[in-house]
Amino acid sequence: MKFDGVQKSYDGETLVVKDLNLDIAEGEFLTMLGPSGSGKTTCLMMLAGFEPPTHGAIYLDDREISQLPPHKRGIGMVFQNYALFPHMTVGENLAYPLKVRGKSKAEIKDRVDRALAMVELSGFGGRRPAQLSGGQQQRVAVARSLVFEPNLVLMDEPLGALDKQLREQMQYEIKHIHENLGVTVVYVTHDQTEALTMSDRVAVFNDGVIQQLSPPEELYEDPKNSFVAQFIGENNKLSGSVTEVSNGTCQVTLDTGVTVTAKAVNIDGKGSRTTLSLRPERVFIGDAAVDNRLDGRIEELIYLGETIRARLTVAGNDQFIVKVPNHGLSEGLTEGQAVTVGWRTADCHALDPIAG
Amino acid sequence: MTDTAATAGNIPSGRAAGTGAAPLTTADGQPLKVALRRANRRARRNAMLLVAPLFLFLLFTYTIPIVQMMTRSVMNPEIAGYLPNTTEAIEDWDGEGLPGEAVFAAMVKDLNAGGRSTIGRVAARLNAELPGARSTMMGSMRAAEDLQAPFKEALIADDDDWGEQRIWRLIKRETRTLTPAYYLRALDFEYNQDGEVVARPPSMQVYRAIFWQTAWMSALITFLTILLGYPVAHLLATLPLKSANLLMILVLLPFWTSLLVRTSAWIVLLQQNGVVNELLVFLHIVDDDGRIRMIYNRIGTIVAMTHILLPFMILPLYSVMKTIPPSLTRAARSMGATPLRAHLTVYFPLTIPGLAAGVLLVFILAIGYYITPALVGGESGVFISNLIADRMTGSLSQLRLALALATILLVGVLVFYWLFNRLVGVERLKFG
Ligand SMILES: Nc1ncnc2c1ncn2[C@@H]1O[C@H](COP(=O)(O)OP(=O)(O)OP(=O)(O)O)[C@@H](O)[C@H]1O
Ligand SMILES: [Mg+2]
Repeated sequence: MKFDGVQKSYDGETLVVKDLNLDIAEGEFLTMLGPSGSGKTTCLMMLAGFEPPTHGAIYLDDREISQLPPHKRGIGMVFQNYALFPHMTVGENLAYPLKVRGKSKAEIKDRVDRALAMVELSGFGGRRPAQLSGGQQQRVAVARSLVFEPNLVLMDEPLGALDKQLREQMQYEIKHIHENLGVTVVYVTHDQTEALTMSDRVAVFNDGVIQQLSPPEELYEDPKNSFVAQFIGENNKLSGSVTEVSNGTCQVTLDTGVTVTAKAVNIDGKGSRTTLSLRPERVFIGDAAVDNRLDGRIEELIYLGETIRARLTVAGNDQFIVKVPNHGLSEGLTEGQAVTVGWRTADCHALDPIAG
Repeated sequence: MTDTAATAGNIPSGRAAGTGAAPLTTADGQPLKVALRRANRRARRNAMLLVAPLFLFLLFTYTIPIVQMMTRSVMNPEIAGYLPNTTEAIEDWDGEGLPGEAVFAAMVKDLNAGGRSTIGRVAARLNAELPGARSTMMGSMRAAEDLQAPFKEALIADDDDWGEQRIWRLIKRETRTLTPAYYLRALDFEYNQDGEVVARPPSMQVYRAIFWQTAWMSALITFLTILLGYPVAHLLATLPLKSANLLMILVLLPFWTSLLVRTSAWIVLLQQNGVVNELLVFLHIVDDDGRIRMIYNRIGTIVAMTHILLPFMILPLYSVMKTIPPSLTRAARSMGATPLRAHLTVYFPLTIPGLAAGVLLVFILAIGYYITPALVGGESGVFISNLIADRMTGSLSQLRLALALATILLVGVLVFYWLFNRLVGVERLKFG
């Protein structure tokens, strides 16, 4: 499956999706992650055939599908608002795609029962959707999108309404089904943990553009720009200007005058502004600090059990977070204390500048 | 301890439920249903107080008049009221041969006692059933003063109709203060000479045919409003807001125009030398003598009423369609249903509450419609209401006949509503 230069506008004035290029391999689990309104649902609608792309083409198995009506695409779909048929029971909802395909009564019953068992709703087949809780409805929607064993399933925030435990269980189920059936899944979520744990690759959306398309690990370790660094996981940012670039690293003079070395990822070259991105768990306090030693002051300490979360002022940034592993050796920290912080050059990414 | 009590009374949680055995109780052992009813009772009482003014208003302007209408349509007070002695005396007569002297004597007494107007009313009442009875009554009333016993011979000598059994049978029958006579007439039945219920002669039958015509034409009009209104409502519900509002105004326009103006417009359009016929002639589709008669007949009534009642179909349909998320048909299509199938199996069933409400509104409005059939229905396109209105202005017995017709219409509507409720379930309807 492939998006080729796809653009989409609803009103002819603003582009909701700007130049989308995306290749999805068969059997892949691809997640679209992005803030609200970034065009994720719109992409799914174009894939499913309910919204025509304003420009560009979508290919399915190397076939251009703009002329293919939705019911011939064989794509399972979980809608953001579930879209369960209110006038049918849960069982009838699940049976719908099978009936449309002319399956026998016995097979329909068998498959519906299995699908219900899969989402732990056996015995709910006779209820109306309105008689289910939001989470139960969501699970029915997931079951319904899978019951006819499509090759491609689109899921638009299928687990948004579930509590943590059920959510993790369903994540596991969906992952399991994905592996067993070998279906291609395009998954939309707000939840980055969900995206990171489930996906083969994650596409981070913002403002109708894919900011980065990478496996989860790379996304976290090597964010390509400030938006991704901010959006995925926690992130400290320091702004400054590039003074020297060499060999994949660069010298950055921070606004307070201190110069540090960082990995050059997304900078315009010497003299340009940049924002440094640092993961809180990759910053060390005290003697453990090796390269790039800076002075800082501890403002606040929060005890979290396995880690201690320290808020520091470093280079004028008073929201600088450091996660100190609680291995029993760091009792020395107190609020108000002046300390030295440091990090390895490879963990400090020089990215495009952002205001503030 | 309190813990176990609380959990014992708890409703099983959602995920475990589904089987359910013993009736559920609240924590203190009350049946859950009883407790729920009690909790709702106060809210209900308050609600009732709030609607009390409207209820009283309806009682005086609606319920009481209807009850009066129904009672008047069976009332028959003239004979018993104005011929009291005869009424008492004739009770013992078995209906064979002629009544005895006592009845004749009582009749003469009543004729003497009654004034011109009271006997006149009796005469009119009898005349409605037995043509010629009026002159018999009125003649004998004038002669009554001079009659001497034996009154049987004297009365018969005055007018030999008194020697006929049928007038006495009629009087005996009409001494009952309640009568089904007007209902029989309203359904084209009557009493024959022997007091049996028989169908009226075919040439005199009118009402049953008009009732039937009212029903089928209303059904046809309802069907046409569905045919025309459903796509419009769908369009309204799916169009972008701006164009939908414009279309909505067009739909509502008929509401803002006087009924008379709208109906007259149809006359202008449809009459023999009206716009439509002129156009057909101009286009040589019909020739000048072949102009189509489209008004002052059934076609006129059907066309004009379909137009007038259309909004009553569109609005409930629209309000229901508006609430159906487009993702439902999309979901159906993503699961492999063709657009048609998705429409029939998902969209259409969800519009039934609005459709049924529209059918109920349009059909019931149509079945009692008066003004449009009166204006454009001509002879053939009249509804029962037109006959009711016509009879309303006639004599007292015509008025009662009108009341009987109206009551039958009311009962017909109630039966329709009941059937409808059985088939569709009125609680599912959505009117707007
Ligand atoms: N039918 C539509 N007509 C006009 N604009 C639309 C329509 N659907 C979506 N949009 C606009 O397109 C943009 C992207 O919407 P989309 O639903 O794709 O966002 P999303 O990424 O799915 O957001 P969320 O996470 O909140 O679901 C939004 O600004 C939205 O207002
Ligand atoms: Mg969305």
